[in-house]
Amino acid sequence: MSGPAANGAAKPLLGVDGLSVHFGGIVALDNVSFRVEAGQICGLIGPNGAGKTTLFNVLSRLYQADSGTIEFEGKPLLRQARHAIAPLGIGRTFQNLALFRSMTVRDNVMIGGHCRARGGFAANALRLPFVGREERTLGERALRLIETLELGAVADTPVAALPFGTQKRVELARALASEPKLLLLDEPAGGLNHEEVEHLRDLIGSIRDRLGVTVLLVEHHMSLVMNVSDKVVALDFGRKIADGTPQEVQRNPEVIKAYLGGEL
Amino acid sequence: MATLDTSRPAAAALFAGLSLRAWKVIGLAAVLAAACVLPFTISSYQLLLANQVIVYAVALLGLNILTGYNGQFSLGHGAFYAIGAYCTAILLDKTGIPYWATIPLAGALCFVAGFLFGLPALRLEGHYLALATFALAVATPQLLKYKDFDFLTGGVQGIVISGPDTPGGLPLRSDQWLYFFCLLWTVPLFVLAWNLLRGRTGRALMAIRDHPLAASSMGIDLARYKSLTFGVSAMYTGIAGALGALLAQFVSPDSFDLFLSIRFLVGIVFGGLASMAGVFFGAIFIEFVPNLADLVSKAAPQAIYGIVLIVCMYLMPTGVMGLLRALGHKLGRLVAR
Repeated sequence: MSGPAANGAAKPLLGVDGLSVHFGGIVALDNVSFRVEAGQICGLIGPNGAGKTTLFNVLSRLYQADSGTIEFEGKPLLRQARHAIAPLGIGRTFQNLALFRSMTVRDNVMIGGHCRARGGFAANALRLPFVGREERTLGERALRLIETLELGAVADTPVAALPFGTQKRVELARALASEPKLLLLDEPAGGLNHEEVEHLRDLIGSIRDRLGVTVLLVEHHMSLVMNVSDKVVALDFGRKIADGTPQEVQRNPEVIKAYLGGEL
Repeated sequence: MATLDTSRPAAAALFAGLSLRAWKVIGLAAVLAAACVLPFTISSYQLLLANQVIVYAVALLGLNILTGYNGQFSLGHGAFYAIGAYCTAILLDKTGIPYWATIPLAGALCFVAGFLFGLPALRLEGHYLALATFALAVATPQLLKYKDFDFLTGGVQGIVISGPDTPGGLPLRSDQWLYFFCLLWTVPLFVLAWNLLRGRTGRALMAIRDHPLAASSMGIDLARYKSLTFGVSAMYTGIAGALGALLAQFVSPDSFDLFLSIRFLVGIVFGGLASMAGVFFGAIFIEFVPNLADLVSKAAPQAIYGIVLIVCMYLMPTGVMGLLRALGHKLGRLVAR
């Protein structure tokens, strides 16, 4: 793990402040503020339509924010171009999978490392020596991730031919190939069975502990979130309703109300 | 192509003691050797046809980089072929520049033209881009005929140029020399394209084709990649046009009509999208099938052409290379058994 001593006064890795997003008349995010410290695993929970994926899409610059700021390592994020987010060190997976379906697992993972290499059109066409070195480095890193995520047997299979759970692992490998400081995981447990979820929990833990990657996790699988997270932020109808340790958030009356419905 | 080599771990299986990769290298060497012997074994007319196939293969490679690998549709690549051809013809007609120097100039001009056309085209997706490039193909012959450009383009008459002579000392007829001249351009262009497509840039192009939004989330600058790809694609097709002008020793607006652009698209689909080897099958198709159709029926050659095309697409929906790949899989499984 890297980063400064995590005293509260230091700049957080990610600071979201007063973020609002509207779609027409619908308020998707309403004045949301929270922070994620380097090295944390932060769970983001809330009922369907609470604005979790919207928040991810604002962080990846796929959606425009109407007001508020986001700072990543002290730098304003909302002024960056969409393709500048991965080089800054923010990687992500997608809720409904967004893989390059006709390409092999290996090529998908290598594209994850695109932002960590620099060979352009001319250098590639001429296959300059540094391009060959870059390719080897990318290839070796992809191979390590493929092995870590147990994708070795399908490394050269086109992604479209793989089952859903395997494709989810490919997305995770692709996101890790960009060597992120912050990893955004959008419902990684969706569609996985009990055993796979157990495995995923260990995996998320080791991504933080071994690779030193900070994780922001959107998930409906409550026991996974509560087990793996250092802190949890709860959203409902675009508003933040709770923010604290898993125990604090679980006991929060607003959270219980949002999940169970009705009056207290 | 790199994806081809590695698409099946089982294909590491050996055929007669050699890996698939080794067989590909042997095949490539054999094709190159045959290409060098060819001009000494066939008639001048047959050599002209063979040369035209090579030139079309370069043009199709350009279009395939754009459409097959990057997913941008163009119904207007005949226009870049025309720009390349006219560039060479005008330079030979109006200046003292040697013929070999006109080829890179035509390529550079077409790169710029393609890049500039690609910039506004960035805002157009799929069918809309196809229509915009269609407009380019429709407009080009008329612009070439336009009377205020007469002094350059020769208007409806076009421009007649003389073909290159064999450099002193080489024991070749001028048509044989021209064939080798085209080959000397074609081989490096294919090597450069292969390098481009097997590495980081090629993966980025295919990622954009498969899922543009995810590609940009991986740090790929869509605007930069798509416009540069348009430029590179137009450069290849433009160089083919320039070589084609030397071959025909004549350019005229009517040789570069809309149908040429359609034939290019037919060529890459017939050969196989996103395949470098496929463009040769595509080039053979667009060069020979119209003539064959003419032999079958003088009255309705286009109808015959259409029927042949429909049958081919029905039997090989993924093109010649798709069929060959499927056969390779079957063979691999048989051998592995």
